[in-house]
Amino acid sequence: MTNKRIVKLSKINWGLVILALPGMIFLIAFYYIPLFGIVIPFKQIDYSKGILGSDWVGLKNFKFFFGSQDAWRITRNTLGLNFIFITLTMILSVIMALLLFELGRSAVKIYQTALFVPYFISWVVASYILYAMISPEMGAVTNMMKSMGKIPENLYYKPEVWPVILTLAYLWKNVGYMTLLFYTALIGIDSSYFEAAAIDGAGKIQLMLKISIPYIKPVIIMMTLLQIGKIFYSDFGMFYFLTRNSGGLYATTDVIDTYVFRALRVTGDIGMSSAVGLFQSFVGLILVLTSNLIVKKSNPDHAIF
Amino acid sequence: MLSTLSLRRRWGIKMIENKRSHYIQKILTHIVFITVSLCCVVPILFVISAAFTDDLVLAQEGYKLIPGKFSLEAFVYIFKSPKQILNSYGVTITTTVVGTVISLLLTSMLAYVMARKDFKASRLISFMVFFTMLFNGGMVPSYIMITRYYGLKNTIWAMILPYVIVPWHVFLMKGFFSDLPITLVEAAKIDGGSEIGIFFRIVAPISKPAFATVGLFCAFTYWNDWWLSMLYIEDAKLTSLQYYLYRIMNNIQFLSTSLTAGNITIDRSQIPSETARMALCVLAAGPMLIIFPFFQKYFVKGLTVGAIKG
Repeated sequence: MTNKRIVKLSKINWGLVILALPGMIFLIAFYYIPLFGIVIPFKQIDYSKGILGSDWVGLKNFKFFFGSQDAWRITRNTLGLNFIFITLTMILSVIMALLLFELGRSAVKIYQTALFVPYFISWVVASYILYAMISPEMGAVTNMMKSMGKIPENLYYKPEVWPVILTLAYLWKNVGYMTLLFYTALIGIDSSYFEAAAIDGAGKIQLMLKISIPYIKPVIIMMTLLQIGKIFYSDFGMFYFLTRNSGGLYATTDVIDTYVFRALRVTGDIGMSSAVGLFQSFVGLILVLTSNLIVKKSNPDHAIF
Repeated sequence: MLSTLSLRRRWGIKMIENKRSHYIQKILTHIVFITVSLCCVVPILFVISAAFTDDLVLAQEGYKLIPGKFSLEAFVYIFKSPKQILNSYGVTITTTVVGTVISLLLTSMLAYVMARKDFKASRLISFMVFFTMLFNGGMVPSYIMITRYYGLKNTIWAMILPYVIVPWHVFLMKGFFSDLPITLVEAAKIDGGSEIGIFFRIVAPISKPAFATVGLFCAFTYWNDWWLSMLYIEDAKLTSLQYYLYRIMNNIQFLSTSLTAGNITIDRSQIPSETARMALCVLAAGPMLIIFPFFQKYFVKGLTVGAIKG
């Protein structure tokens, strides 16, 4: 019998344990205990029997969801829009960060304030802003179209235009933050690199391509990885509030998150909403682990773990 | 000799040319950013200007950047029967203050322990916090837990407790604490300090920027939240600002489409006006927007450093 693994009670740093305890209690209560809810999709929940007592139904809930027409629509919307969001945001913010890097500090401070503002506006408030712009009677954009002679349509009933609206809204909210993130990374570059290259006759574009971008490549990769892990998730607020949850727009704006929310809160369909939720988490985990592995193979330093 | 002279002359010309194109590039860059900055900020002006517009004029001329006819009638209307807005303000302020205090306390204590590399369990704890960011049970289990097992439905705690520990905030705080030298703690221990005492009497006071930054994020999370209200609150007395804003939003849509569809003339003076809703929006979003520039540097540092270090 070895005593190696037995931890002496007197050797435990009780002070630190006490400090960590309250936080851990909350962590466990709100993040780990719900993990037991993984069984929910596999059961037919009957509250009178409790979660543990309810009957097992295997993959019935999953089959029900994947067999439905909705599954394809919401998955397509979620993945398709996310793909557009991630790509455009990355490209635009890296370019803008590089440009911002060329400017002086006082100018940067001013732009920084403006760029950050959308990030702090909630989607509820943003929905008011959008309404002010595309309201069928009085919107600013609607008025502009009227003055140009076009007949204004109620955009809240035109699903086709919403991928564009949503993309613009997403970029409006997030590009500022991402730009500043990359900008902060760029500041970290040792200026002697630039000086040395400039003396060798490098032009601005070359400086960007050969020094700046490679330097922030780890940050770009990390941000991309994080977003890939969330590719089955959406910013619920944006999709729910901007569209005013208008059923006519579901064809292009209904995503997994809004679907699950309605299933849970409106229909009360616990089985299916929990099945889809688990599907999201599970696939997200696989994606993060896989893409992390891929990145690790090419360059171990760039991976998250 | 000749060759070096011409080299210098060529280099000199190149420098002058570079300076000119450099100047043009800079101006173009500024133009780009001025445009982008305007795109970020100007849309908000539509809402603000509508809040200060005469309601009839708004109906006639639509949303513009500058009020067609300046009027405070929307705000007057609100403050005539301010019960709901004051109530919502009370709810939001309460949840924000209480939530931020509890959250800061627990988050910092947890993050501190995580940052103490000499503590054997710190790695385990760090992993446990990190794992929650990778995988969770989903919306439903949390909902069931909170409503059926923790009994928090329709209570103010439902809007506070779920955000007490936010993994991202914990890691942000840990980042700050990691910068502290362990010698500080060791010296304090030699002087006979307890771990808890060391944290509250030594570490905390010198970590004021950390508390300010994370505190701001916590406050921001609470102030802007509508999610917890949407899931767990049905009582009108517990409506937060954002949730209230969301609830009255749908009425505009209803108004608008019924008017365009039916060509009905409705006596506008009888319906709670559109400008009133915009004014409410201004009242709800205003505080955060006004505070933001003052604490901007904390937000910036937290968001960017947190993401890179975390």
